Amino acid sequence: MSDDLKIPLLDELEKGPWPSFVKDLKTLAPKKPMVRDLLRQLEKSYQDKRGYWKHGGLVGVLGYGGGVIGRYSALPDEFPGVSHFHTIRVHQPSGWFYTSEALNELMDIWDAHGSGLLNMHGSTGDLVFLGTVTDELEPTFRDLTARDWDLGGSGSDLRTPSCCVGPARCENACYDTLELVDNLAHRFQDELHRPMFNYKFKIKAAGCPNDCVAAIARSDFGIIGIWKDNIQVDQAAVAEYVDSGFNVKEFVVDNCPTGCMSLEGKELKIDDSNCVKCMHCINLMSKALSVGKERGAALVMGAKAPIVEGALLGSVIIPFMEIEEPFEEMHDLLERIFEFWDEYGKARERIGECIERIGLASFLEQIELEPLPQMVTQPRDNPYIFYEEYYEEE
Amino acid sequence: MAGEISVEQLADEMYGVVAENAGMKKMKAGDLTKAMIAKFGDQVSKQDCKSAIKLLIDSGRCVYGYYGGSSIELPRTEGAAN
Repeated sequence: MSDDLKIPLLDELEKGPWPSFVKDLKTLAPKKPMVRDLLRQLEKSYQDKRGYWKHGGLVGVLGYGGGVIGRYSALPDEFPGVSHFHTIRVHQPSGWFYTSEALNELMDIWDAHGSGLLNMHGSTGDLVFLGTVTDELEPTFRDLTARDWDLGGSGSDLRTPSCCVGPARCENACYDTLELVDNLAHRFQDELHRPMFNYKFKIKAAGCPNDCVAAIARSDFGIIGIWKDNIQVDQAAVAEYVDSGFNVKEFVVDNCPTGCMSLEGKELKIDDSNCVKCMHCINLMSKALSVGKERGAALVMGAKAPIVEGALLGSVIIPFMEIEEPFEEMHDLLERIFEFWDEYGKARERIGECIERIGLASFLEQIELEPLPQMVTQPRDNPYIFYEEYYEEE
Repeated sequence: MAGEISVEQLADEMYGVVAENAGMKKMKAGDLTKAMIAKFGDQVSKQDCKSAIKLLIDSGRCVYGYYGGSSIELPRTEGAAN
């Protein structure tokens, strides 16, 4: 570390037991002037209590409308190393599985063209390259695509679909999340790279209701694995839990949200018709309980974090769909949804907000789905009920 | 009927709309599509418009921009870069 890098406020962040990004940046700073100026600008921001970044809106690579987020320093004369500090989103492999060879390949590309700083991974799921200049965008893109990598989504487009590790590492997976997400990313390439929507559209695929990718809260279109039949119970394994001193009644039975299970001696009985698939019992007794055999996914729509409007959770639009190749039912549904949004959505309005504005009934009619009880999220609070269709029939 | 207007002609028309609105209104892909359907009616389809936008961007005559939402713009050096 050079002596003239005076960053006392950032130095404070290195104290304490946790890993510090400042330590990482300091390691890179002697080799990368960009990182050195990044530290200096950040120190100034801490001193002045204001940010010094400007958002760029035009930088990108030819043909793509997403994948690059422009950033510029508001103080380029003082911090020339970060006068340009663009971010590149690299499309992550399904389930974030990398080989060491693949990671080395990516790091070599980024060392050659950018700051060397990474974010593994951004909240949408992409591997994020942090910090490069405009002239290095096309060469970086060229090197990435030459090795079969691609950019992820950004702006008003389909964001890079993401999924949990699925059947690769998890026995709870009710469908092949990895295969589905890979398929959707290839099927909707134009939607991913050429912004044509009113705003962003996120797809997340979780293999089971544990929802490790937070599809219910963070995706416009969530695919959450679920089963139709009964939880599989291995009563001998249940007895082993009881014999081992594990308090099945206190930790499992009494915590069932619908009270649909009971322990009789060493036998666990489940009223599956009242099970809401919360996964609590399966998570706690994974040796004895497992998801059912008739597997598929529930589709939810409309979740988002608070940006323009407040946060929304996803609502069920299809309670159960079998998820199998070639995934045509899923493609058709998504195309109908995109068509609807194109027709009725407003600028910077997420699809969940659009559905709230025009009403679920109209949305379902437009995308050609029949209303079902599972779509009801709360009791009606409007006392004025009009049965116009019935009047017309009379 | 859709397809009566060539994709190249549509791209030229779209370029005209983008140029006319430059500095005044950010034109989104949807805005351009609606403008073309309003002008040519059922002589063009949404797919024709998609192809025209692709042509417009891939030729470098227009670029994608992002200011809160994505838009299609004339290439230029942005102010933030100065």
